[in-house]
Amino acid sequence: MSNWKLICKLEDIPQLGSRIVKPQSGGDIAIFRNAEDEVFALHDKCPHKSGPLSQGIVHGKRVTCPLHGWNIGLEDGHAVAPDVGSCSTFQVKVQEGEVFLVV
Amino acid sequence: MSKPRLVLVGNGMAGVRTVEELLKIKPDHYDITIFGGEPHPNYNRILLSPVLAGEMTIQEIVLNELDWYREKGITLHTGRNISKIDRVKRKVIADDGSEAYYDRLLIATGSNPFILPIPGNDLPGVIGYRDIKDTDEMIEAARLHRHAVVIGGGLLGLEAANGLKLRGMDVTVVHLGPWLLERQLDEVAGRMLQKSLEDKGLKFLLQKQTEMLVQGESGRVAAVRFKDGMQIPADLVVMAAGIRPNYALAEASGIYCNRGIVVNDTMQTYDPKIYAVGECVSHRGIAYGLVAPLFEQAKVAANHLAGYGIGRYTGSVTSTKLKVTGIDLFSAGDYMGGKDAEEIILNDPSGGVYKKLVIKDNRLVGGVMYGDTADGPWYFQLLKDGRDIHDIRDQLIFGQSLVGDVGHAGNSKAALMADSAEVCGCNGVSKGVIVRAIKEKGLFTLDEVKKHTKAASSCGSCAGLVEQILASTIGGAYSPAASDKKPVCGCTDHSHDQVRRVIREQHLISIPQVMSFLEWKTPNGCDKCRPALNYYLISTWPHEAKDDPQSRFINERSHANIQKDGTYSVVPRMWGGLTTPGELRAIADAAEKYNVPTVKVTGGQRIDLLGVKKEDLPKMWADLNAAGMVSGHAYGKSIRTVKTCVGAEHCRFGTQLAMDMGVKLEKMLFDMYAPHKVKLAVSGCPRNCAEAGIKDVGVIGVDSGYEIYIGGNGGIKTEVAQFLCKVKSDEEVMEYAGAFLQIYREEGWYLERTCHWLERVGMDYVKGKIVEDDEGRKALHARLLDSLKDARDPWATSREPEAIKQFIPIVPVATVQATAGPRVYA
Repeated sequence: MSNWKLICKLEDIPQLGSRIVKPQSGGDIAIFRNAEDEVFALHDKCPHKSGPLSQGIVHGKRVTCPLHGWNIGLEDGHAVAPDVGSCSTFQVKVQEGEVFLVV
Repeated sequence: MSKPRLVLVGNGMAGVRTVEELLKIKPDHYDITIFGGEPHPNYNRILLSPVLAGEMTIQEIVLNELDWYREKGITLHTGRNISKIDRVKRKVIADDGSEAYYDRLLIATGSNPFILPIPGNDLPGVIGYRDIKDTDEMIEAARLHRHAVVIGGGLLGLEAANGLKLRGMDVTVVHLGPWLLERQLDEVAGRMLQKSLEDKGLKFLLQKQTEMLVQGESGRVAAVRFKDGMQIPADLVVMAAGIRPNYALAEASGIYCNRGIVVNDTMQTYDPKIYAVGECVSHRGIAYGLVAPLFEQAKVAANHLAGYGIGRYTGSVTSTKLKVTGIDLFSAGDYMGGKDAEEIILNDPSGGVYKKLVIKDNRLVGGVMYGDTADGPWYFQLLKDGRDIHDIRDQLIFGQSLVGDVGHAGNSKAALMADSAEVCGCNGVSKGVIVRAIKEKGLFTLDEVKKHTKAASSCGSCAGLVEQILASTIGGAYSPAASDKKPVCGCTDHSHDQVRRVIREQHLISIPQVMSFLEWKTPNGCDKCRPALNYYLISTWPHEAKDDPQSRFINERSHANIQKDGTYSVVPRMWGGLTTPGELRAIADAAEKYNVPTVKVTGGQRIDLLGVKKEDLPKMWADLNAAGMVSGHAYGKSIRTVKTCVGAEHCRFGTQLAMDMGVKLEKMLFDMYAPHKVKLAVSGCPRNCAEAGIKDVGVIGVDSGYEIYIGGNGGIKTEVAQFLCKVKSDEEVMEYAGAFLQIYREEGWYLERTCHWLERVGMDYVKGKIVEDDEGRKALHARLLDSLKDARDPWATSREPEAIKQFIPIVPVATVQATAGPRVYA
């Protein structure tokens, strides 16, 4: 369990919003919080043209990329059909109001 | 617990569409069983004509593959006709003896070709034209035989005749009426059509009544004999003299029928457990034979089957298009006119163009187009919207001529475009790609085409062109909703107008309130509806509805324009395009300090600093704020700039102080959000160096005052602003311009520019509200000022503690053990 890193408090991520995490190893990670306070983490790079997903609009369990409007599933990182592509996901959890991430 | 059972009788387009709509809104509600008489899965019957013509294959027109039924858990029985419905035991019995029990039954048995009651109508070689089997038989006959006779000069008959001709047969069309397609066309267009089909090699016998079909030595049909004694050879006779609703099963089961299964506005039959949709249905005395109304019925039936109980089907206005390659024909509504109707006709026989528009009470009620159908969908939309056309009447017959301004090489006639021609210049989508997607994926709406091809999904300027392609590919199946009924997005069935009205009337002030009141279908909307709702709330209830940053597009959330590499651009406001050495110095300093790679002068008379990292934005804004500059809102659906010329301060031609006027307007409108971006310009004389003719509001100084123009656009669709009125003073300019923008803010649909809004409501409406109603205008202006009274610079507010979080990336600092106690967060 030593890979879990403390990221922030849940309330630091707005509902239906996101924050960017910059791990020292590089490669931005977007963490999202939906209306039910579930938290998800994706590589901050749309499979289409690398748009920053962290800047998109979050709805249900999806985020819409700000550049060309692809919808990406927050749980599996897959683009919603008919678009095809996927981005990597990261393990994330909320414990006692704090968000932890495996990086 | 077992699920209720839904049985569908009829595996065709209407029935399966209903199931699809049902699965969309309530998946897993029913155990579904489908019986189909044909041995095929659901296919696109409309496209049998291209199959016959050799332009497509059967495989390409299948809408739902067998896998689809499997994935959805649907039990499918093909090749089985239902012979009886036992309404007491609630089960259906198929001709092979198999049975299925139902809790709800959906009947979609379609129609049968009308077979003339004449001797010989059951001979080998005599067929209707309805399904794959008929099509195969025709293809086979074309291989072995020579003479074909098609009885019936309607849409189906002509398409069959065209296909058989293309397959090498000698084809004669026999028609009882005085001209072809007399139910869709007036006489002139009918004759023109006949001429072009004759040029393709088809033969016609009009006003001929068939007496009998003559049997040949082989036992097969050999000739057609008419009442007047004439006889022509025929190895194949296709009966295309109309269709009859297929309601025999329902009638035999005691369900009330009257030339169709009688249903109410919820598509329910007289047996409340049984619904019916499609060609077998009689709704308010009408049985529809085109696919668009059937899809509307499917949507309503699905809603009621799902138990939601909303939605009524109230009948359809239909349009038709003949799918014969190379012939352009479109008709809609009441094209024959009548006593109270007026007609506008354009007739160019040698150019092969004929257009007729039928107008009643200043509204378009019908039309026929031959040779040039590019504007068909536009007319159809006007017709459905019931828009008052008197202000555009003098140009109506010449069409919209607005589609295709830039980005698609001036192409405005979809039918004439080559397959390789680019339709969507933003996403590089060609006509061929769109047509293929429509056919192969079975697309029927603009939204579906957008989703699958990306055409018209960026700037949207080619949407009209895409609609034309859709209309010409699927013909009568294409049926746009009336504009004021188009849903905001897939999350709701409510239109922009309905949403705006409910927000106002019910005094709703938050997005969750709106979604719950209007029963949104998704838990928290999507990227289309949430920004629209947020705008409607804050524009309807300023100071009361709270802005929701998470429902704004990133540019408005971070007060800067996102670029393709994820960096942002910073544009300080320069009031009226004016700046000072001090401001320029501060901009230069900021550009150097934050390593801005590109500095550019914009079209709106200010400076764009491009390539700024998000985390640098608040710091840069603080520096620029310190030098007295504020946000230019270059990123928002909001006031952008007021462009000015130098005006009478310096210019020898100037009549008014244009810069001064521009600054006043820009200060008045600071931080004004709107349905879309808003640009203004002020010129000091009619030479109009500030290009006021292509702005949302253009002000042109003349010696005696100012002329105000509205609804111009220099972007997606070049649109010249229209003259609103002339005023004398600066104060009046502010009042009139302000009032105009306020009414647009209150009534416009989200993402609708002033030019589109103006086209929708008409110039007369706006003049009535702004020029002729002094009190109304003053009230509008007052509401604008009130909603902007505590406007603040977003650059300043975004540095407040809660707002600044989004700009700060989180760095995970430590590997966490299970420890308690206070922690420091990044």
